[in-house]
Order: sequence, then C-alpha cells, then structure tokens
Amino acid sequence: MMKNFDNELITDLKAQANYLRRQSLTMIYRRQAGHPGGCLSAADIVAALYFKVLRIDPKRPDWEDRDRFILSKGHASALLYSALARRGYFAESDLEHWGELSCQLQGHPDRLKTPGVDMTSGILGHGIAIGLGLSLGARLQKRDYHTYVLLGDGECQGGIVWEGANACAKFNPGNLTAIVDYNDVQLDGAVHDIMPMEPFADKWRSFRWEVISIDGHDMIQILSALEEAVSITRRPVVIIARTVKGKGVSFMENKAQWHGIPPDKEQYSAAMAELSGEGS
Amino acid sequence: MANLAMREAYGRALAEYGAVHPKVVALDVDTASSTLSSFFEKRFPDRFFNFGIAEPCMIDAAVGLALAGMVPFANAFAALASLRALEQVRTCVCYASTNVKIASSYAGVSDFKDGPTHHAISDIAIMRSLPEMTVIVPADGNEAATFVPLIAEFDGPVYFRLNRAATLPVSSSGEALSIGKGIVRRQGKDLTIVACGSMTGRSMQAGDALASKEVQARVIEMHTIKPLDVELILQAADDTGAIVTAEEHTVIGGLGSAVAEALAVRPVPLYRVGIKDTFARTGPDPESIMDAYSMGVSDIVNAAISLIVRKKS
Repeated sequence: MMKNFDNELITDLKAQANYLRRQSLTMIYRRQAGHPGGCLSAADIVAALYFKVLRIDPKRPDWEDRDRFILSKGHASALLYSALARRGYFAESDLEHWGELSCQLQGHPDRLKTPGVDMTSGILGHGIAIGLGLSLGARLQKRDYHTYVLLGDGECQGGIVWEGANACAKFNPGNLTAIVDYNDVQLDGAVHDIMPMEPFADKWRSFRWEVISIDGHDMIQILSALEEAVSITRRPVVIIARTVKGKGVSFMENKAQWHGIPPDKEQYSAAMAELSGEGS
Repeated sequence: MANLAMREAYGRALAEYGAVHPKVVALDVDTASSTLSSFFEKRFPDRFFNFGIAEPCMIDAAVGLALAGMVPFANAFAALASLRALEQVRTCVCYASTNVKIASSYAGVSDFKDGPTHHAISDIAIMRSLPEMTVIVPADGNEAATFVPLIAEFDGPVYFRLNRAATLPVSSSGEALSIGKGIVRRQGKDLTIVACGSMTGRSMQAGDALASKEVQARVIEMHTIKPLDVELILQAADDTGAIVTAEEHTVIGGLGSAVAEALAVRPVPLYRVGIKDTFARTGPDPESIMDAYSMGVSDIVNAAISLIVRKKS
C-alpha cells in the first residue's frame, strides 16, 4: 500500500542518497580500494534508514533503546561510513583516512573501533541470525527498538542465511526487518549465472517470511515498505529491493567488474560528473 | 557433592545460577538432553532457545543476544562448536569481542559411543589460537559447576570444555577457583605433571604410582589453557627441572603446546602426553579409548620416568 510522503522529504532523501554515492566513490577512489557497485546499489535504502527511519542519536552511539542496523553485506562499508559521518557520529574528514593503519574505519565495519557501527561484519551471511539474537534480547528486556539487517543477494547463496531465516520464523521476534539489496551482480558475474537464487521471493515465503517486493531506487516505495515491515508482527519480514549494481554511474551499472575495484582518475571524474546535482 | 557427570554438574549449576541472574540465557542445538542445558530449559523456558541442528546459527544468535546485553551460554557438542561454527566464533564472537560463553560438551573422546566423528581432540588448539578467547577445561564435575558463575561474570568470550561423563574427582566442594590461575594439586620436587580436564585425576594417580618408585611428582592442574599461568609453569620448571603435560586432546596445539611455548624462554626436558597425531576409535567407554591412545596413567608414569632419566644424563 503506497502512502503519501511529503515531497520535501522525498527530495531531501534523494539528495542524501546522491551525497552517499558521491562520498562512497570518493572514499574508494582516494583509498584505491573498496566496493563501488554494492555501495551505489544500496545508497537509496541506506539514505532512507539513516536520514528518516532509524531511531538513533549520534551523540549517544551506545544508547540502549536505539534501533539497530546490521550491514550484513559488510563490503559496502564506504556507504555506511558516509552515512554515519553525515549523521555526525564522527567527522567527515575522518573518511579521508579510511584504511590507514591508525584509522578507526576498517576495511569492513568494526563495532569496537567505529562509533555507530552496531555489529562487526564482512564475512557474509551472519546478519540475519545475529539480528535474530538482538531482537530476542530486546524482547526479553522489554525494549521497543527495531533491528534492521541489510543483505546482498549473492550473500543469500550461503547456508547460514537460511539457518537464520528458519530460526526467525520459529522465534518470530516481531521486531526484525531484513532488506535484500537484490542487484543480481556479484564478484564473478551475474548472480543468475554464478548461482541462481530465483525463485527468490518464494524461497523466503517458504521459510515462512512475509515478502515485500519493491524498486530499491524508488524512495517512496522504500519508505512505504519500511513502514509496512515494522507494522507486520505475525511473521518476520523481508523487503526484496530490486536494485541496479553501480546505480547512478552509467559505465558501472550492472557490471561485475565494478564489484570490488576502484575507479582511476578519469573514471572517478566521469562518475562524479554523472552524480552532480542535488546533494552534491 | 557426589561426583556428578561433568555435564550434569554443569547443567544443574547453570539452572541454579540462572535463577538469580535474569540476563543469563541458554541456547542449544537439539542436544539439550545431552549437554543437559535441559535443566535450564525446564526452569526458564522463556530464556532458552533451541535452534535445531544448526550450530553456526546458534552462535550468531548468541552474538546478537550478547549485543543486546544478555549473557548467552551456547551449548553444543565440542566437535561442532569448534569446527562447524568456527567462523562464527572467530569473526562474530572473538573479533567482535561479544560476551558469548560456549559450553562445549562431549569433549575429548568422552563421546566414546559415537566415535571419531564426535570426538573433539583439536578444539583446545583451535580455540587457543583465536585472539580474545579464554579457554577453560575443568577437571571434574565439581569444578564444572564452580566455574559457571565465574564464566558468567567474566567479561568476554569463553570456551568452556566439558566432558560427557564423570571424571576422577580432584577438587573439593566449595574450593575457590580463579580463571587464569593454575592449582598445585600435589607437591613434588623431582618433576612436574601439568594436566587439564580428565587427565588431572589420571595425573594424580600417576603421582601415586611414581611415589611408590621414589619419584616425587608435583601435579599442577591447569584448568585455564588461555591465558596460561606462565608463572606457575616457570616456577615448576625451576623447582623440578622437568615437565610432563597431560591432556585428553591431540599433542598438537593443546595444553602441551601451550606449556612448550611458555618453556621456550627457559627450556627443561618436556614430554607431552595426549593422543598422538591420529584419530582414535569407537570404544566401550572413554577410559579404554584413553588407555589405548596413549593417555593412560601408565603413559604419564613412563613419560615421567623417561624425563627423570634425561635429567640425570
């Protein structure tokens, strides 16, 4: 069910998403390492979460009642760091030192070193089961925070995701939302070639999950889905967000080679030119 | 207290501790009636989570519960906790430094009936190699129970290695234990036996056998393999000049290796008693498997005598 959202909010969130794309690419270009494709595909989802949906307070990263966010696809760390800096968890200038030995920003998210990172990630597959534990803990402690887990589609090839999905259906904590950034591209090629996941939504349904399918670049659909997901408690909910790997940079879109390599100077300039405009 | 099976002593202690500590939760993987986390389950069904046969999922969920401020005891067979769920343990428990307690039951060859697939003879080596991990191996049921509150109140990941059945008792009821502090269980000056788990009781028997041969063996129980009580080992090396280690585990990477590392700065003759670099077999009880796979009392005695000879030469 599509809800009406304030135009100004949508415009702002789109601008934030564009900012996150630019900042992620800048970080990856500067460091000459990172994962541009999966940052660009998930930027709209992360913008919606960090600039509208999550109940968080950057001044109190350890606030016990904050909503939790687990970036299960931890290789999109540049995107998460960009959002955290933009929200004020640390200075945006810290992003310039990403990957340096003394920097608090690790290659993949590290909950002990970086304010705002709720859980360490990087090895794929853990988010659902860890999110389940967090949700069960919230329920036992009668806290009303919500836990969001963002996964990649390639990540769902691993069995631990489905162990977690199965356990979520049994325990149904009612305060957990999974989001899959379904961009159909992974390191070695297209997901549908490397190890097909279709019928993907049916897999989740057969694991007794509620499925909400959306266009992961349509901000109104993203917000609507996130609202609906929180309202559903009879089953765990997964939002399957169809996205474009490398979204927003024409020469990166749907190209596996942009999974994990940085742009050179010329490519970086061209990408930033395409991402100029709102939020830049 | 009677000499309970280690798992039963642990299970009862966990339930008892849980009664006054509402943050303690227990998780299991369809082995609650084996690990005896079932004692906790019966009393606190709301704080007990059975994940079915899915150890990686259980460990990750325990991580989440720890992140939420609970104190999770994740129960499984040692072979699976240390192998199938190892990546979860390494990344999400150790690297992320989450307050997860892994209660690893049926360790060593204590699952004698099920054979080498279910034996855990490499788990100490594996867990000891992980940064942030504390590794504790109680010697008897009494210690298994005593350690429960200590582990629950310890801040950080713990691997708690438990046997299925009763072992030879070595501790007395009400005896204080301290994580990281070894215990001198028998005084002696001629050599030292450093033992953990079920081999502690066997080492005490070896001490008696050696005494009848005019050899006075010191016996140290090293229940905490990591962090190792290096001071106590170096003191023993200085005082007695020779060390035998004894463990229900492969001689590669476990207690013996940890002691060898400690002695590298002050070498003395050392013999590591444990299962050689091989898989054991199914047997009628743990004791006969241990006897058949170089973990018998006579293996300790013979090792000790060989070191006494080396010392004199």
